[in-house]
Amino acid sequence: MTDAPPPPAATRTGMGAALRQDSALQHATGAARFTDDLPEPPGTLHAALALSPVAHGRLAPLDLAPARAVPGVVAVLGPAEVPGRNDISPSGKALEKLFAEGLVEHWGQPLALVVAATRDAALAGAAALRPEIAPLPPILSIEAALETGALLMPPQVIERGGWQAALEAAPLQLAGEFRCGGQEHFYLEGQITLAVPGEDGDITLHASTQHPTEVQHIASRVLGCDYNRVTVQCRRMGGGFGGKESNASWIAAAAALAARATGRPVKLRLSRKADMAATGKRHPFLFRWRAGCDAEGRLLALDATLAADGGHSLDLSAGVIFRAVTHALNAYDVPALRVTGLACKTNTVSNTAFRGFGGPQGALLMEDVLFSMARATGRPVDELRERNFAGGPNGAETPYGQKLEGELIRRVWAEARQGADWERRRAAAEAFNAAHPTLRRGLGGFALAFGISFGIMAMNQAGALVHVYTDGSIRLNHGGTEMGQGLFIKIAQVVAEVFGVEVERIRITATSTAEVPNTAPTAASTGSDLNGWAAHQAAGAIRARMAGIAATAWGVPEEEVIFADGHVSAGNHRMRFGELAQLCWAQRVSLSATGFYRTPDIHWDPVAMRGHPFFYFSYGAALAEVLVDTLTGEYRVLRADLVQDCGRSLNPAIDRGQIEGAFLQGQGWLTCEELWWDADGRLRTLGPSTYKIPGSREMPAEFNLRLLADAPARANTIFRSKAVGEPPLLLATCVWNALRDAVGGARLDLPATPERVLAALRAGGA
Amino acid sequence: MSYTITLTINRVPRTLELDDPRITLLDLLRERLDLPGTKKGCDRGQCGACTILLDGRRVNACLALALSHDGAEILTIEGLAEGEALHPMQQAFIAHDAFQCGFCTPGQIMSAIGLVGEGQTGADPERVREGMSGNLCRCGAYRGITEAVVEAARAMAADGQGRAA
Ligand code: FES
Ligand code: FES
Repeated sequence: MTDAPPPPAATRTGMGAALRQDSALQHATGAARFTDDLPEPPGTLHAALALSPVAHGRLAPLDLAPARAVPGVVAVLGPAEVPGRNDISPSGKALEKLFAEGLVEHWGQPLALVVAATRDAALAGAAALRPEIAPLPPILSIEAALETGALLMPPQVIERGGWQAALEAAPLQLAGEFRCGGQEHFYLEGQITLAVPGEDGDITLHASTQHPTEVQHIASRVLGCDYNRVTVQCRRMGGGFGGKESNASWIAAAAALAARATGRPVKLRLSRKADMAATGKRHPFLFRWRAGCDAEGRLLALDATLAADGGHSLDLSAGVIFRAVTHALNAYDVPALRVTGLACKTNTVSNTAFRGFGGPQGALLMEDVLFSMARATGRPVDELRERNFAGGPNGAETPYGQKLEGELIRRVWAEARQGADWERRRAAAEAFNAAHPTLRRGLGGFALAFGISFGIMAMNQAGALVHVYTDGSIRLNHGGTEMGQGLFIKIAQVVAEVFGVEVERIRITATSTAEVPNTAPTAASTGSDLNGWAAHQAAGAIRARMAGIAATAWGVPEEEVIFADGHVSAGNHRMRFGELAQLCWAQRVSLSATGFYRTPDIHWDPVAMRGHPFFYFSYGAALAEVLVDTLTGEYRVLRADLVQDCGRSLNPAIDRGQIEGAFLQGQGWLTCEELWWDADGRLRTLGPSTYKIPGSREMPAEFNLRLLADAPARANTIFRSKAVGEPPLLLATCVWNALRDAVGGARLDLPATPERVLAALRAGGA
Repeated sequence: MSYTITLTINRVPRTLELDDPRITLLDLLRERLDLPGTKKGCDRGQCGACTILLDGRRVNACLALALSHDGAEILTIEGLAEGEALHPMQQAFIAHDAFQCGFCTPGQIMSAIGLVGEGQTGADPERVREGMSGNLCRCGAYRGITEAVVEAARAMAADGQGRAA
C-alpha cells in the first residue's frame, strides 16, 4: 500500500478549483449508497410491473386474480386501485395513464403492479396475469404517423423573411431527407424507488430521480393527497441523462401506490429488461428540407421539417420540439426560412428527455444541408461552414430573435482547427486514401451554439437552504440532484467561496422536497447555474449578518470585514470563522437562510415563436478523424479534438469529465446505439448484449480536449461560469461528419452503424 | 430444503445457509450479507457492474451461483482497503477522477485488479482498454479509468503486488 494520493494542486477552496467529486472516496470504497443499497426497513415488500405484450389494442378489464393467487403476493394494483387519478402526465396537458385502461398504446406499457414478499414472487405474479387485448394495427414509424396525421400536439413553426420567394429565387436549389435514431439512457443504475409509509398518510419516497418535486406531484396525484404528505429524497443517482425526469416520477408514484395500499415499505426496482421496455428514450427524428444558396455556397433560404417520434403520449415532447426547432440553425445564419417541428404519435414507448433534449437532433439539420451543398458546389464542407457561420458578415440574430456571439463561434472553430493540425492532417488523409484500396480516412468538423435555460420559463428558478453551526461547520441543501455530473461539489465550492472556508467544512446533503420545495428538475444543463446562485444568495445572507456582528464587535465598517482562509478579519482584527459563528449565536443572530434565484432577462412567446428564451449560449467545436474499412463498413474513431466554452469554469476537473463523457455518449447515439423494434412493435434490443453503448474501446484513440481559455460568460452567471452538461454531447456530430467524409458525402442515416456505412459506400458515395 | 456452504468473504470465513439453490453471489452479497458495494447493472452478465474477485479471478457475481462456489474466497470492493489504507487501484481511481456517478466504479476497480493479476496487459493503455471492455461506464469515464489502471498497474508491479489484491 502506498500513501493516500496528494490533494489537488489548485487552490483548495472555492470556485475554479479542480476539486474531485465529493463522493470520490465513497465510490472507490463501495461506501456510496444508491437507492437500492439503502437498508430495507423491516417488512419491506417488493413490486413488479406487468407490461403489455402487444403494441396497440383494446384492453378488457384486467383480471387480477391469477396474480393474487401466486404465493407470496400481497397486493395487485390496477387502474381501479388508484385512489387519486390514474394520470402521470408531467405537463398536465394530456391524460397519460399510469396503468393502461381500455386501450394499450405500446408494447411494454404498464398494466398493473404486483406487490409481494419477495421480488421473485412479485415477478411471478406479474407473469401470471393474462391480459385480454384485441389487437389494433400499430403505427410504428414517423412516416406512417405523418401519413395519417397522427400528431401529439400542434406543429411548432419558426419563420423569417419570405422564405418561399427566397427559395425560388436562389441560384442553386437543394433538397434532402435523412433520419436519426432514438437512444436508450442506459443509466447504469436502473429506475428505482423505495416507498416508506409514515403515520397518518405521510409517505417518504427514496427515489432515483432528477426531479424530486415532480415525483412529489405525481405521487400525490395518484394517491389523491396533498403535496405536503409526500416527501421525496435523493442523495445520488447512478446516472440520469434525462431518463430520470418524467420516467422516475411514474415509477415512484407506482411504488407510493403500493406502499399506500399495503401500509408497508415497498421497493420497486425495474429489471434492465423492464426498464428498457417501459421507459421512454431519446426521440428519433425524420428530417426533410429544401434549401437555396448562391454559387459561393452562401445559404439564402431554407424550409425544413423536423418530425420527431414522440411515442404514444405527450410526455415532454413539447419541450423537445422547442429545442429542436430553436437549434435547427445551430451556429449558422440563414436569412429566410421556415422550420417546422412535429411531434408524431406512434405506438411505441413515450419518448422523453435525454441529454440535449431535442437540441442534438435539431443541430444535425445544417450538417446535412452543408454536405449537400458541398456536393452541389464542389466546395469543401468546412469552407461552406465558415461562410455561413452566424455573425460577422452574416446576420447574428437567430430566427426567433436572440443574438449569437459570432466571434465566439469563429474562435472555438479556429482553435479547434489549429489544435487539431487540421490542414496537414487533411492532406495526409488524402494521401492515405489514394494509397489504400480498402481503407479510407475521413475527417469531420462541427461547431456548436447551444442555448442555456429551460424552454418553459417558469422552470428557471431554484432554491437553497444553508445552515451555519456554531462550530463553523456548514450544511448545504439545494434543489439540484447529483447524478454524477459533479453538481454537489460545484455548489459546495460556491458556498466555500462566499464564506472563505475550505470546501471540507461544507456538508453536502441529499436533495429533499422537505428542505427545498417547488424545484425545477436538474436538467437542461442548468443545475449549477440555478442552484449555484440560489446557494450563493443563501450563504450571502448569512455572511452579511455575520459581517455585521464582526463589524460591531470590532468597531469597523461592515465593508471592511473579509471572509478568507477559514477566518474573518478586518485590519488587525481576526478570528476563526467558527468563533464568529459562536459569537453570532450568543448575540441571537440567525445562522440559517434560504436562497432563491430566478434567471433574469428571459422570455418567450410560444404563439409568435419569438423571444429571448436562453440566458446565454455555450459554444464549442470539435474535429474527428475516422478510419473506415470499405469492405465491411467497420470503423474506428482515431482522434477527436474538442474545444468547449465553459465560461470561467467552476471546476475544470469536473467539466473535463462532463465533456469527455458527453462526447462519448453522443458518439454512441450517432454510431453504435441502435434501438430495434420488430414488425409487431416489440422492442428487441433490451439489454447491453443487443443494445450497444460505447465501451472502453470506443473512446477515440487520441482524445484532445481544451476548455476555451479567457472566456468568462458575458451573462451574469454564477462566477461567470457556463453550463457544460449537454453541449459537448452535440460535439460528437463531428464523428458523423467524418464518416460522411469517408463515404464521399452520401446520405448516411443515424446511427451510422457499420451496415449503414457500408450501404452508403455501396451507394456510390466514395 | 436448505444448503450449507462456506465462503471466505473479504478474509472472513462464513458458513451460510441457503434456502434457494438459485441464489447468485451478487444477491447473496447484496441482500443477505449487507455488502451492497457490489452493484447490479443488468443481472445478465453484460455490464460488469457486479465484478468481484473469486479465488483471485474476476467474475460477474450476477452469473455465479453461490452454491457452485462452496469453499471459495471472495473479495469485494468493501474488502479492498485495509483500515484507512486504500488499495493502489482505489487510490488511482480517485487520483484520476475515474468516475462520475460511481455506479460502475466498484466493478471497474475489482475488474482492474483482476486484470493486473492476469499479467497480460502491463501498463499498455491499449491493452488495458481491451481488458476492461467488459465493464461498461455509461458516464463515459473511460479515459480516467484507463489512466488509473495503467498507473495502479505500475504501482502494484513496483510493490510486488502483481497478484490479485
Ligand atoms: S450486473 Fe452482473 S454483469 Fe451486469
Ligand atoms: S461512473 Fe457512471 S457508469 Fe461509470
